[in-house]
Amino acid sequence: MSLGDGGRPGCGSVRHLYVHLPFCVHRCGYCDFVTLVGRAGEHGRYVDALLAELELERAALAPRLETIFLGGGTPTFTSASELARLLAALPAAEEVTVEANPETVTPELALLLREHGVTRVSVGVQSFRPHLLAVLERRATPAAVHAAVYALRDVGLDNISLDLLYGIPGQSAADLDRDLGDALALEPEHLSCYELEAKPGTRFTHTFGNELARQAEAMEDYFERVVDRLTGAGYRWYETANFCVHPERAEGRDLRARHNLAYWRGRDYLGIGIGAVSTVQGRRWRTTPGLGSYLAALGHGEAPPRELEPLPPSVRRRERVLLGLRLDEPLTLRGLDEAVDLAALGRLEQLGLAERTRSGDADESVALTTRGRFLGGGVTAELLA
Amino acid sequence: MDQQRIRNFSIIAHIDHGKSTLADRILELTDAVSSREMREQVLDTMELERERGITIKAQAVRVHWKGHELNLIDTPGHVDFTYEVSRSLQACEGALLVVDAAQGIEAQTLANAYLAIENDLEIVPVVNKIDLPQADPKGTAAELADLVGESSDRVLRISAKTGEGVADVLDAVVERVPAAGGAADAPARALVFDSSYDQYRGVVAFVRVVDGSFRHRERLRAMAAGTRFEAEELGFFSPTMRPTESLGTGEVGYVITGLKDVSRLRVGDTLTSEGRPAEAPLPGYKDVKPMVFSGLYPTDSDDYPELRDALEKLKLNDAALFYEPETSQALGFGFRCGFLGLLHMEIVRERLEREFDLDLLVTAPNVAYRVVTPTGETIEVHSPADMPAEFERIEEPYIRASIIVPKEYVGSVMELCNERRGRYGSLEYLSESRVHLTYELPLAEVVLDFYDQLKSRTRGYASFDYDLAGFREADLARVDILVGGEAVDALSLVVHRASAYERGRALVERLRDEIPRQMFDVAIQAAIGSRVIARETVKARRKDVLAKCYGGDITRKRKLLEKQKAGKKRMKQVGMVEVPQEAFLAVLNLGQEPRR
Repeated sequence: MSLGDGGRPGCGSVRHLYVHLPFCVHRCGYCDFVTLVGRAGEHGRYVDALLAELELERAALAPRLETIFLGGGTPTFTSASELARLLAALPAAEEVTVEANPETVTPELALLLREHGVTRVSVGVQSFRPHLLAVLERRATPAAVHAAVYALRDVGLDNISLDLLYGIPGQSAADLDRDLGDALALEPEHLSCYELEAKPGTRFTHTFGNELARQAEAMEDYFERVVDRLTGAGYRWYETANFCVHPERAEGRDLRARHNLAYWRGRDYLGIGIGAVSTVQGRRWRTTPGLGSYLAALGHGEAPPRELEPLPPSVRRRERVLLGLRLDEPLTLRGLDEAVDLAALGRLEQLGLAERTRSGDADESVALTTRGRFLGGGVTAELLA
Repeated sequence: MDQQRIRNFSIIAHIDHGKSTLADRILELTDAVSSREMREQVLDTMELERERGITIKAQAVRVHWKGHELNLIDTPGHVDFTYEVSRSLQACEGALLVVDAAQGIEAQTLANAYLAIENDLEIVPVVNKIDLPQADPKGTAAELADLVGESSDRVLRISAKTGEGVADVLDAVVERVPAAGGAADAPARALVFDSSYDQYRGVVAFVRVVDGSFRHRERLRAMAAGTRFEAEELGFFSPTMRPTESLGTGEVGYVITGLKDVSRLRVGDTLTSEGRPAEAPLPGYKDVKPMVFSGLYPTDSDDYPELRDALEKLKLNDAALFYEPETSQALGFGFRCGFLGLLHMEIVRERLEREFDLDLLVTAPNVAYRVVTPTGETIEVHSPADMPAEFERIEEPYIRASIIVPKEYVGSVMELCNERRGRYGSLEYLSESRVHLTYELPLAEVVLDFYDQLKSRTRGYASFDYDLAGFREADLARVDILVGGEAVDALSLVVHRASAYERGRALVERLRDEIPRQMFDVAIQAAIGSRVIARETVKARRKDVLAKCYGGDITRKRKLLEKQKAGKKRMKQVGMVEVPQEAFLAVLNLGQEPRR
């Protein structure tokens, strides 16, 4: 069975679809996503509701999708039969990514994904050090990570991404180097490396907030270490927190996450599922994070409760700047003049943090220097008019 | 009243030594008020008058005692108003010198007593609070007798609280204080010893008629200021306002002028009659000049108009207060204000904060400097930022400090004075255990934190007073504080060359701790001219990114960046460097909090 059997083409313009699968075996302390623990009995109803929501929004979708991304939660924790039913019912797309936690990736699951058209799997590794995994309350062991990646490789998946966290309480620089080494040894096509954030209101922040603050200085250079190590190993630092194997080392393949690139390039996207966000033609909405009201509404064939956010052109322009500057490609300034403080740009150039480029008759564009990218947040705040 | 039966006197006393209690007792004993009324009238007058819109406070009260008219003239109670005190004393022929039997003489009492002696006043020494268990009437009387050069048994011993001995005080005033002098038939002259502003009646002058007399509705002239006005009302306080038709030679009272600005009728000026003007004013008028300056800025720049209005209002009643608009790149719009001294500054600041509910940022106080430029011109500089880079020489104001301490602290006080470039004057034992020290000190060293230091090094036992001793040449330098290569105007200081390094170092270190890390290294320097004397660096941030940003949280990330942007806007920009207002605040407060 191949993906796309159940998907009727739409007639809109949106070419990127996000599907939220909230179920997890356990809620990790640092997580602030919309997640639900267990609820095996509700997986089926939830998939029904997802498909009903997709049906309601189908008109927005383009006849051919470029990307689909199944995120969570732990999409691979969803019961196998329901996951298979969902994948079968989704429209076809050129890139289909599924997020997976290592401990859920069995050979059977790998096969299921492969057979249902999944082209890319993003594995939530976070760390290979048991003491750090314990701090994060992750269930997977380092061995499970290896097993998961091998299982995916065995079924022929050739686009695997690993998620790593750095700045974990108690993580030494040597720990970080070993984590990076262990990840590189698995030769992933893609790596996402995030600094652990103590997000307000999480259990994690409650427990470790003070410790993180104390460590901040010692861990100041971890970001640089990550970038140095990965670029040194032949990876392209194409987005603030994302790396992929260079095309010349990958037989010309562009291994950037196409789905996420769509976000960073300011494309429209449709998100379905609880807590999912859509941005379509100048409107953004977030679907209710409440499972009950979501299931109830879609059970009656009605749209679930949504929080609407108008996106006037001025805001969209600002977002184009803040998203675009995360990438390693220049951001064209055409149409963004009002969102950019040109005086600030001048100052940033002077400081060697940004560069203006103009090639021939092409539009003027701006790119951050390497140091500018390390300070991307501050630089962007400075640059926004 | 017959001039021979008029006695004009003041009470000189250190704070809490019983001046107001004694004044109250005198009013009571002379039947000016019953003791019940006393409370209601005297204490509540302010409140009542305020209700009626009148804010004139009695500066002189007239009472009668055994066929004599006694005028009790109030003196401002503190050091910065030495000149005002001297004018009040000039209006008198005598003074009660009141000293707490348990505390002994304090520096401030001493200063005012000397002032009274200089003005040829008859001093009536009084030891108060003899009812206190820890009182030492005998020892205190001996100290006092020594000070005024009288025998100990001429020192009155009283308790203003119980009333014991107060009648003797009044008798002594009648007997010992000379009758009011002055020539009744000469052209009228009156000394303005205080003034006050009332929003309905304008400037009210408190006067002592020296020669001749003044009549209601007479055209008058202030001889120094040249101001002309009509005496809208004449009168005296007893203890409330009592209008009269005239004020005669030797009498004390008030003149309502209708003038709208106290600066047009300054303390020390001489009033005369337009009809028959005096040839010369009374001696001793001085145009008092502010000696201590500081920048006052509203913490919230929106409060600037309120600050301006408040200063305008205070100025109505305080001719010595000086202010002019000042702009600082670091602190925004504010005022450079001039004060008679530290205490005056504190009073103004407190009134602005309390009565006008303003939140203020006060720059480190500095003194007035006289700078001789290379072209030989002398200019007065009120702000370190205005100090020219090149000059022939600088003169700074010196004070004569008078310090009284228990003898065991003499060493620490001398040490402090030497640290502050003091020049030793004299050392004198007031009694076996108490020593009176005098030093000449640069006022600039005193405005820093001298008083706090003095208190802490003597466990609070020292009492301190000063008066100005003129300008002296000094080896001073202007130290600029540079942030990222740009001088921060509000932080410049003028210091003695010997302490430039130390002061510069302290400021630079403090700023380093207060300035958040930026996207580039920020040099913080202290410099004299182009010579850097201290330097610190705030290292550049190495990372500043929002870790994750995907479809679900673009809005949140945008808001975070917008918040970061708004935070930047609240910062003060010094060149490329963003400095939080709090950083300036912390640095400006670096040991500069004068409290008395």
